[in-house]
Amino acid sequence: MARYILKRLLMMIITIWIIVTLTFVLMKAVPGSPFNEERTTNETVQANLEAHYNLDEPYIVQYLLYLKSIVTFDFGPSIKQPTETVNDLLGRGFPISFELGIVTIIVAVISGIILGILAALRHNGIIDYVAMSFAVLGISIPNFVLATLLIQKLAVDWGLFPPATWSSPAHMVLPVIALATGPMAIIARLTRSTMLEVLTQDYIKMARAKGLSPWKIVFKHALKNALMPVVTIMGTLLAGILTGTFVIEKIFAIPGMGRYFVESINQRDYPVIMGTTVFYSAFLIFMLFLVDIAYGILDPRIKIHKKGGGE
Amino acid sequence: MEKILEVNDLHVTFTTYGGTVKAVRGVNFHLNKGETLAIVGESGCGKSVTSNAIMRLIPDPPGKISNGSIIFNGKDLTKLTEKEMRQIRGVDISMIFQDPMTALNPTLTIGSQLIEGLRQHHKISSENAKKKALEMMDLVGIPNPEVRLKQYPHQFSGGMRQRIVIAIALICEPELLIADEPTTALDVTIQAQILELFEKIQERTGVSIILITHDLGVVAKIADRIAVMYAGKIIEVGTKREIFYEPEHPYTQGLLKSVPRLDLKGEKLTPIDGTPPDLFSPPTGCPFTARCPFAMEVCDKVYPFHSELSDTHHVECWLQDERAKQLLATSATK
Repeated sequence: MARYILKRLLMMIITIWIIVTLTFVLMKAVPGSPFNEERTTNETVQANLEAHYNLDEPYIVQYLLYLKSIVTFDFGPSIKQPTETVNDLLGRGFPISFELGIVTIIVAVISGIILGILAALRHNGIIDYVAMSFAVLGISIPNFVLATLLIQKLAVDWGLFPPATWSSPAHMVLPVIALATGPMAIIARLTRSTMLEVLTQDYIKMARAKGLSPWKIVFKHALKNALMPVVTIMGTLLAGILTGTFVIEKIFAIPGMGRYFVESINQRDYPVIMGTTVFYSAFLIFMLFLVDIAYGILDPRIKIHKKGGGE
Repeated sequence: MEKILEVNDLHVTFTTYGGTVKAVRGVNFHLNKGETLAIVGESGCGKSVTSNAIMRLIPDPPGKISNGSIIFNGKDLTKLTEKEMRQIRGVDISMIFQDPMTALNPTLTIGSQLIEGLRQHHKISSENAKKKALEMMDLVGIPNPEVRLKQYPHQFSGGMRQRIVIAIALICEPELLIADEPTTALDVTIQAQILELFEKIQERTGVSIILITHDLGVVAKIADRIAVMYAGKIIEVGTKREIFYEPEHPYTQGLLKSVPRLDLKGEKLTPIDGTPPDLFSPPTGCPFTARCPFAMEVCDKVYPFHSELSDTHHVECWLQDERAKQLLATSATK
């Protein structure tokens, strides 16, 4: 187990290195720099600025400097907001994005699983049809459309929840609904179909033959098996929720990390691009790692071998 | 002898898009305390449906016990509520399934699957439950039970898993055990071991067994009485000796002729020609008519009456009619 984790950590470092390198190449390949805006700056000033941020060095030196900043996790100050370091921005934005993301995942997983189970248990009944129509809607409506609809109806017309910003639990409701509906619908459909399959298995019949209560059969015998595919797609869903936060944060004016991420690219704010990219990718990779570990715990047949290797 | 189970005129139907399948059409049999009754017949004749009906495990919908009674220890199981039935399943009546590879939950340890039935029905401490589980593992012949309890099904071979399934079925000390093709999925040497295990368990616990099978070799080894099923009806029932040595129904005779025997070298096996009737619209007469070498005009029109050749040997066939017997006798003298 320890060896497996060590191996995975090594793989994570390599993955992050590849992401960093690609980001660097793309960043340099995109024309423009943080300093050429419409307002023309004096050439000497520009040269001085570039020298200050080491942008006059050859690319290879710049690349090594970036690698150094990543290893030490010190990205220096933002070029656009020189009073703040990248770490300040991340430190301020990440807790908010994390809160939004975690609440979204919890809501999506719990409501998705419950909907899926209800639909499977009442297969071809009214609950099934309602839940599944709901799921199809959830999958087909993009979160930014849902977000604007929610703001219009629940916030502006009916005044139930605040339309934007981030300060109280009531502020969370709309962005979380907008962000969670898609993943919830996917989880509900998947849970329903795997649950239906699991319920026809011999071991479920065997559990019934033991005289267990239906409640126990569903939660002890069926659910664990039905959740395997859900755990499998959790990785992809996480990535989806993470990228979804960019848009949702923008729509609801939430001061999370997503805003810096998008703005920094537009402004060629190199240290911020680098910092947010590394942070996002490291976070996502770590979450995927947790999903793999959860997989092994849920299904004893999946062994995490001492010799390494996934399955 | 005391009857533990009596099935009277049992009908089970399944409603599908294509129509209603009459899977079991008026089955009558009984089981005495401590004996083993084998229900034999080819695939689709309704033997598994009958056993599931006794457990009330027929999925409803589409299935339904549409008529008849199942009297177990004086109680009619068809009249019980689902909740009352749950008090009987696993405690008084247990079931063993055909395929041990799928009958165990892959995500739970053997120990928890063994104990959960016990803890569901009896107030018992986890220590005592574990003790009982170890006892059961010992009874079904699983070495090193302490370690094995903590393992998962995929760490067991097919034969071992079937032993576990048997242990699970027996842990609450049921009075009746229904074994639905318990050896079909196993290879021959393991089959023999499992059958010996059944004999040993019956000797020790006195449990009554209903054995569902299409393997006459298995039947010959452990059954006391045999019921032969065809197209949702029991067409002949008798002791093992009566069925093997004096089969009266042409279908039973055909079944016995189609079994390979080591002592009859060089003789050809005779299959029964044709296929069983469509149970969407079963024939009004004897369902075996189309395949029967002795079929008469009456067979196709009217279902034969029930003849009792002895206290134990019953058969439903027109050949038992006096007139048919005379006919056979005269054609034999010609």
